[in-house]
Amino acid sequence: MADEPIRIVTEDLRDAIADGEVAPSAVDETDDIPPERVVDPADVAAERPDGAGRVAHAFAAARAQDRAALVIYLPAGFPDHDTSRACLAAAAEAGADVLEVGFPFSDPVMDGPIIQAANQQVLERGVTVADHLAMCTVLTDEVDVPALVMTYVTIADAHGYGRFADELAAAGIAGTILPDLPVDESGPWDDVAAGAGLASVLMASSVSSDRRLDAIAGSSTGFIYATGLLGVTGVKSVARRASEDLVDRLRTRTDTPIAVGVGVKDAQDARAVAGFADGVIVGSEVVAVVADGAPAGAPDRVAALVAELRRGVEQG
Amino acid sequence: MTHAPTHHPPRSSKMSPPPPSERPGYFGRFGGQFVPEALFGAIEELADAWADASADEAFTDELDRLRRHYGGRPTALYLAERLSEEAGIATWLKREDLAHTGSHKLNNVVGQALLAKRMGKPRIIAETGAGQHGVATATAAALFGQECTVYMGAEDCRRQRLNVVRMQLLGAEVVPVESGTRTLKDAINEAFRDWVSNVDTTHYLIGSAMGPHPFPTMVRTLQSVISLESRAQFAEQVEETTGVAGALPDAVIACVGGGSNAIGSFADYIDHPEVALIGIEAAGHGVGSGHSAATITEGREAVLHGARQIALVDDDGQVQPAHSVSAGLDYPGVGPEHAHLADTGRGTYLSATDDDALLGFRRTSELEGIIPALEPAHAVGWLLRHGHEVLDDDARVVLTMSGRGDKDVDEVVRVAGWDVGVDLDEADKVVD
Repeated sequence: MADEPIRIVTEDLRDAIADGEVAPSAVDETDDIPPERVVDPADVAAERPDGAGRVAHAFAAARAQDRAALVIYLPAGFPDHDTSRACLAAAAEAGADVLEVGFPFSDPVMDGPIIQAANQQVLERGVTVADHLAMCTVLTDEVDVPALVMTYVTIADAHGYGRFADELAAAGIAGTILPDLPVDESGPWDDVAAGAGLASVLMASSVSSDRRLDAIAGSSTGFIYATGLLGVTGVKSVARRASEDLVDRLRTRTDTPIAVGVGVKDAQDARAVAGFADGVIVGSEVVAVVADGAPAGAPDRVAALVAELRRGVEQG
Repeated sequence: MTHAPTHHPPRSSKMSPPPPSERPGYFGRFGGQFVPEALFGAIEELADAWADASADEAFTDELDRLRRHYGGRPTALYLAERLSEEAGIATWLKREDLAHTGSHKLNNVVGQALLAKRMGKPRIIAETGAGQHGVATATAAALFGQECTVYMGAEDCRRQRLNVVRMQLLGAEVVPVESGTRTLKDAINEAFRDWVSNVDTTHYLIGSAMGPHPFPTMVRTLQSVISLESRAQFAEQVEETTGVAGALPDAVIACVGGGSNAIGSFADYIDHPEVALIGIEAAGHGVGSGHSAATITEGREAVLHGARQIALVDDDGQVQPAHSVSAGLDYPGVGPEHAHLADTGRGTYLSATDDDALLGFRRTSELEGIIPALEPAHAVGWLLRHGHEVLDDDARVVLTMSGRGDKDVDEVVRVAGWDVGVDLDEADKVVD
């Protein structure tokens, strides 16, 4: 979207001018904008950048501080609407550079027991995507870091790609991660997301072929989510060697930032991963501290863990 | 924080795959490979291995030998005269209930387990609903000396305790799945999670014509033995009695959960448009009751378990729990080829309620001396109550008796409330 100059005059109006149906002067009078004026994308990005730009900026800002970016995942609505927002805000305040807001799905094949249980609790209370969007609208207003939505493609599909993308953008969301929408199938969503100004973050794996990594590196926007192990979230620990090899293979293909997630459990893991990746993603462990105690204290528990993880990425 | 302009890497090598209908693994717009990236190594390896094995005579000969000598194929095709009389429609039963392990499931399992052996994967995992696929998988694992783990919804373990014991006897580990609705779809989720975590050593032996490519095509091919046999047998039997050669049935009828016995029953007839293909889904308490598993009748296009298909998904995108008296049909999706056959009109998909199935269960037992599994009992129940709405009086149909019903006896007695003169609770206490 930001690759092309943004034209203030719409194509329809331009055609009308070309056809002589509308005099250029009339456009000047009504819109007070010269018809030939073209806006530099950089200027637009500075005022209202698209999601990929905001995410890339967050990674660039971390890199400018000589550290990896910290990405924190929490499910929307867990353990309740207000607490989930407060926990995400606390994560941002304590040092998260990017937020990942999970929209619970009934059949989350990529998630391990901790996130599954949290999702299940939300779904059993009858909370809907509309509730999550309302939470995100408030959240993205009160934090100054970009927030992505992580969910499954069935959710986007049921709402309709166009409507879902527009709703996310309207809620201030910067992009999506859909773990069951691999690169061969992601084209239609990637196009719709880009049109709505959303980044579409694709996942890469140590078992991805060279052909697939080429495609992922060419299509993923915002950052690339490199899975740190073969497995689901929150069970095994990150496989350092395999992750590092994967990051190296991606680096030769793109300068899109690369973040490693799945299996990063503590500040020590975060430090290790920060040594070779542009970003470190932590989810299950954060969800576990939310679940571990009364909701009222959850934001403080999240803040304490995120601050610790942030020290980890700063030492990496 | 201000948002400074940032560098955007060019979206250079973005792939533009051809439209779905032209891609392998798609049936019209249904199918595909909607799985986490970590599984692509495994499904690409599987597709290659399957293509290689299918073209290797040594592999196909071994499969054929096992099917005959171990599996008991070909299974009989039997003109069920008393049932035909009651239905008012001449009905042949394709007796998959007579195959080893008591259902059609072994057709698929022996092929995939042999393939896993060829691929050097020492461990196989499977999901199971009614337990028939789990039992078949555990059987093949025992035969080939493979390690075997079967995921089964905790609710299904209760309903199908006999099959849990059978799997354990065969040396498999049975893992009750407590997540979600504790039924088949959750067992599939858990099997996918296992596969993502252990993909190097493990083959996921999917039991139905569903999941990401190449599974729907591979399972269909392995199950197509049902229709290859039934077509030849039907022609032969008709020729014996009438002298007319090359006869085809007017309709082929099969129950549909994920759809493996149905797609195998249809496969060799798909290119013969004069043969109606009738799939019977489980409608539980009835279509529209909110307690149904009639996916094609009530569902919508959605991605579930690795493929674009038709599934019971609500407006918010959440998969709805399915309901059926039969654990094997209690699945909120249907394989992509069935979705395509329904979409194009080549297949006709109708439904039978729990009550229809109980009628089919009882009447097949009483009239033919065959205790059917609850799954094909849906097809029989539909034929008895609704067959004439679709079929002419002189129609000749082949109905796939996909499994035998020993596993269902306790559940049927419980659900139907039949007084069998033996109190189940008391019997349990004695066993305990």
